[in-house]
Amino acid sequence: MRTWPPALANLRGRGVTRPAGPVSAQTTAELAARLDAAAQTRLGRSLALRHVDAGGCNGCNLELRALGNIVYDLERFGLRFVASPRHADVLLLTGPLTRTMREALAATWEAMAEPKWLVAVGDCAIDGGVFKGSYACLDGASGLAADLVVRGCPPAPAPILDGLRSLLEANAAPHP
Amino acid sequence: MSAAGLIRAAPTEPVRPWLRHALDVETWRAVAAALGAPDAPDLLGLWADTLRVHALFIEPDGSDVLPVSVPVVGGVYPALSPHRPAAAWFERMVHDLWGHAAEGGTDLRPWLDHGRWPVHTPMALRPAPAGGASEPPEFLPVEGEDLHQIPLGPVHGTITEPAHLRVTAEGETIRRVEVRLGYAHKGVLALMRGKPPRAAARYAARLSGDSTVAHSIAYARAAEAALATEAPPRAHALRAVMAELERLANHTGDFAAVLGAAGLGVPAARWGWHREALLAAAEAGFGHRLMMDCVVPGGVAADIGPAGPAAILAALDALGGELPALARALDPAGGLAGRLRGLGAVSPALAARFAAGGPVGRAAGRGFDARRRPGYPPYAGLDPAPAVLAAGDAEARLHVRLAELHASAGLLRRLLADLPEGRLTLTLPMATGEGIGVAEGCRGDVWHWLRLDGGLVAACFARDPGWLHWPLLEAAMQGGEVADLPLCALSFNCSCSGVDL
Repeated sequence: MRTWPPALANLRGRGVTRPAGPVSAQTTAELAARLDAAAQTRLGRSLALRHVDAGGCNGCNLELRALGNIVYDLERFGLRFVASPRHADVLLLTGPLTRTMREALAATWEAMAEPKWLVAVGDCAIDGGVFKGSYACLDGASGLAADLVVRGCPPAPAPILDGLRSLLEANAAPHP
Repeated sequence: MSAAGLIRAAPTEPVRPWLRHALDVETWRAVAAALGAPDAPDLLGLWADTLRVHALFIEPDGSDVLPVSVPVVGGVYPALSPHRPAAAWFERMVHDLWGHAAEGGTDLRPWLDHGRWPVHTPMALRPAPAGGASEPPEFLPVEGEDLHQIPLGPVHGTITEPAHLRVTAEGETIRRVEVRLGYAHKGVLALMRGKPPRAAARYAARLSGDSTVAHSIAYARAAEAALATEAPPRAHALRAVMAELERLANHTGDFAAVLGAAGLGVPAARWGWHREALLAAAEAGFGHRLMMDCVVPGGVAADIGPAGPAAILAALDALGGELPALARALDPAGGLAGRLRGLGAVSPALAARFAAGGPVGRAAGRGFDARRRPGYPPYAGLDPAPAVLAAGDAEARLHVRLAELHASAGLLRRLLADLPEGRLTLTLPMATGEGIGVAEGCRGDVWHWLRLDGGLVAACFARDPGWLHWPLLEAAMQGGEVADLPLCALSFNCSCSGVDL
């Protein structure tokens, strides 16, 4: 076999992709309550993600990048990273939001069309984490209204993926 | 007299495990002027405290480490940058953080301070409140016809760190790349000040998340040196296990990134899977995928988990089994090699002038590896045997990483087969002292300097390899193609956060 033996072996086997378990019912219910019906019809079961590293240590970036590998394979859920904020539904914020990144984050958020959501990934993005109170930081999304937070330093890919799937499920769930 | 001779003739103060040479202003000026000589020592870093400016030199063969300092008189000190361009970014940083001005410096523009902080010179004795809105540092002026500029960042199209790259191009040919950093400045040095070494270790571990182990080891060794203690043998061995595991995970990740950017989806996916397997093994062994906060001053935070060694060996077996197939993507006659050959080439002379470390330096003839020289435990009997190539291009950088995958896997097997028994940590005395620590990370040598006063951090600095690699990326892309810039940047893989402090 002159081509790629491991790849062919993968086609025969069961693969390495992490099985998709159920998402948290509580998170889904809370999110569903916040999202209006119009958003559901527009989004269906797909979310375009735009990441902004607001001055993090790059640990969260590594785990976000891992979402695209064959173990987590986020695209099977209709989730994908997009290059332009114009195409994005969700802004994934990492880092403690340094003062030097404030304008770039605001410009990215402004460039996104409604409906849009803010997801804070990692302890820094939630409230500044260990960098809370620094002269150079604005303590993450504590001054912004994040729709979803994923804790951890950095959070592993699995909880990030599960959080994003909750966002999907909440959008698809029928409203009472 | 040579620069090293001038330094050695000066009076010394202890900065364990070496001696800090306390130069007066005139001697510092003479050392600066002698830095143009071909045998002058390499400049590894430049930083400050409230009273002094510090520089760290090393003999080109790594045989002697020469920390020096000069008092700041009237807010100024003589610049090194006219004689050693690598000093320019450091001098701008020292001015932004401490307010000490480099007299005669080649570049006096701000660096980390984009005019967005509530204070100026936050590390100075009395930081000045920032009055009015100042502007971020300007880019170098460009003259010439038919030139256009491409602003890239700080928010990029991929999942990456914030940096702004200002590309000046003539058609598709790059005439200049200028990097502006500072977007990830978190004020880490100010946060570490006044804390006990173990509390401050959490910041050292978050200078650059992908090199958290290397930064943590260098920081811990600086703290232990300052307190004239040494971690127990089992802690040294476990630190090395973590460091080599981190190197393997980052190198496999670099391969995944470069091959993915080059459009080779299948091997990129396989490299990505191996990175994932190594991180899962790290979690099995140390309870955290990136092994953050696992190295602490005095030792390690916890012992390796009972399932750790087997998980690590299984990941190594899987990687070793597939490496020959994966390495075929780098076949000299293949398409990828054709794309990478000559791309982003750094000449050995330039790599030596900028004291480039890690795969960037070793691909361009500078064989420095902190594990061998100056060396630190437990590497003395292990000989990491780094690969050294001369081409200095993206292809050579990948080949060096490939050789290091083999070498690190071998080191890990030997370390795991012979883990010394005994304590994991020691109690740190509440003492006063100054120390320097070094560790060889995936990008190169990481240096930490620390002064403890009554058991608390009085002053500190961290030198990430990126300080000396980003300017080489700027130089390497001159004359290259705009479309090649992402691939070239991935082959360097410099850290923003590590430099932004």
